[in-house]
Amino acid sequence: MANSVLVASPQSLPGSRRRRRVGEKISRRTYAISSIGTFVVLFALWALVTLSGFVSPLFLPSPVAVAERLVTQIQNGQLASDAATSVYRIGAGFLLATVAAIPIGIGIGTSRRIEAALEPLVDFVRYMPVVAFVPLTILWVGIGDGQKFLIIFLGTFFQQVLLIADAVRQVPRPLIDLGETLGLSNAQILRRIVLRSAAPRIWDALRITLGWAWTWLVVAELVAATSGLGYRITLGQRYFQTDTIILYVIILGIFGLITDQVMRFIGRRVFRYERISR
Amino acid sequence: MTSDLAGNGTAAGSTEAKVTIRGLTKSFGPVLALTDIDLDLHENEFVSVVGTSGCGKSTLLSIIAGLTERTEGSVRVDGAEVTGPGRDRGVVFQGSTLLPWLSALDNVKFALQDEPIAAAERTAIAREHLSLVGLDGFEDSYPAQLSGGMQQRVALARSLSYRPGILLMDEPFGALDALTRREMQALLIRVWEKHRLTVMMITHDIEEAIITSDRVIVMSRRPGTIRAELPVPLERPRRPEMNADPVFRDLFSTVLGMVHEPAPIP
Repeated sequence: MANSVLVASPQSLPGSRRRRRVGEKISRRTYAISSIGTFVVLFALWALVTLSGFVSPLFLPSPVAVAERLVTQIQNGQLASDAATSVYRIGAGFLLATVAAIPIGIGIGTSRRIEAALEPLVDFVRYMPVVAFVPLTILWVGIGDGQKFLIIFLGTFFQQVLLIADAVRQVPRPLIDLGETLGLSNAQILRRIVLRSAAPRIWDALRITLGWAWTWLVVAELVAATSGLGYRITLGQRYFQTDTIILYVIILGIFGLITDQVMRFIGRRVFRYERISR
Repeated sequence: MTSDLAGNGTAAGSTEAKVTIRGLTKSFGPVLALTDIDLDLHENEFVSVVGTSGCGKSTLLSIIAGLTERTEGSVRVDGAEVTGPGRDRGVVFQGSTLLPWLSALDNVKFALQDEPIAAAERTAIAREHLSLVGLDGFEDSYPAQLSGGMQQRVALARSLSYRPGILLMDEPFGALDALTRREMQALLIRVWEKHRLTVMMITHDIEEAIITSDRVIVMSRRPGTIRAELPVPLERPRRPEMNADPVFRDLFSTVLGMVHEPAPIP
């Protein structure tokens, strides 16, 4: 008991405020309040400048107008069908890109020969602006779903290949040495050690590129489409429905946020061992 | 071969040692790392290799393990030329090579997964070896939950579990603090007295080399050559207190002198 004075924490010293440290941890509650606070402030600002008539509704509709638009879009079923179309396109396009990128990325990451043959090419192509391919893709495959898949593919595949190759290259050499001394074949080392070791990084690469895929989807749908979230935005532009545009932009943001959180959640569950410590 | 039953020391009736190295040379490009290495490791003998950093001692181990190709010379294990890594030579690496996604028990079982035995037996062997290195109760811990010393114990258990004839250890305790290192040395002595096998340990800790080994190999600075092979005349079983023994102190100063002596100019 006597030494309890000696271990008293700095907080309890009267009259002195504890110094905040760089990168200091905060409670979950403080974190949540700060995060929500930012959204509330932005929303309030938006409501203030629009409802007060400070900004013309043509340029920026009020939250009320956008909410009304949301109700109409739900009631007439357009929102559901637009969303379903877009989710289908992004799902298919992203899946195609991923299925192709994983083996190629692993190949580049594990074989210098494949790296030499493909990586400079991939590096080169990924700097070509995807947007500029839109007219070409329309010429090649028309304006149907195939063209949307192609744009999403072009926008994500090359990035995925490089990120996956990097993830594979980061597998510590001693783990591969271990596999060899245990008498494993190269195929076994690849499956049991390299892929397992790189998996969390590969999953991260997919999560990040899935975020980008949303952008490419909207790009494709803005230019040439007859359905989808991006198409509805184009229609909104045509008829000066700024409330529709704002509504769909917000919905796209929410969709992106949800997919990212779902990917994060799955990653945390599957790769739980990455987050444990002594 | 009946020599397996011969116990420690030189394998009786065998014409060739467990590991035979003749005229071994290794160069990395223009840099000569090892030159003219002749060395025998006998059945169930514990040998340590000491030398300053950069003398090529880890390269020597890596060549015996089959992970590094030699430039010239011959390395034979059980009479057969080494052409690559194999299960007859277990390796404990310098840093942690535990698989972070597997528990301690599963890390040991990882070495056993292709053995033609029942799954229950695999688990039993893995448990037994974790127990051998004093890790009862840590079977379900992940590597990130274990201290550096405990991680190396799991690695040691893993290397012993599949019964390689030779254990190669590359500065296995080099990354540990001094106290943990002493503990690990005592543990290693205990384990080896119980399950004898041919061991070659690379270390820069002369005390560690003497207390654990039957023979200490001293290497010269680059290009690495074998300067001396010194038998350790301490009785077995070894105890940590033996480092106060005059025999130990004498040997210690001899090795220390040799390690720091500049290489003779040819």
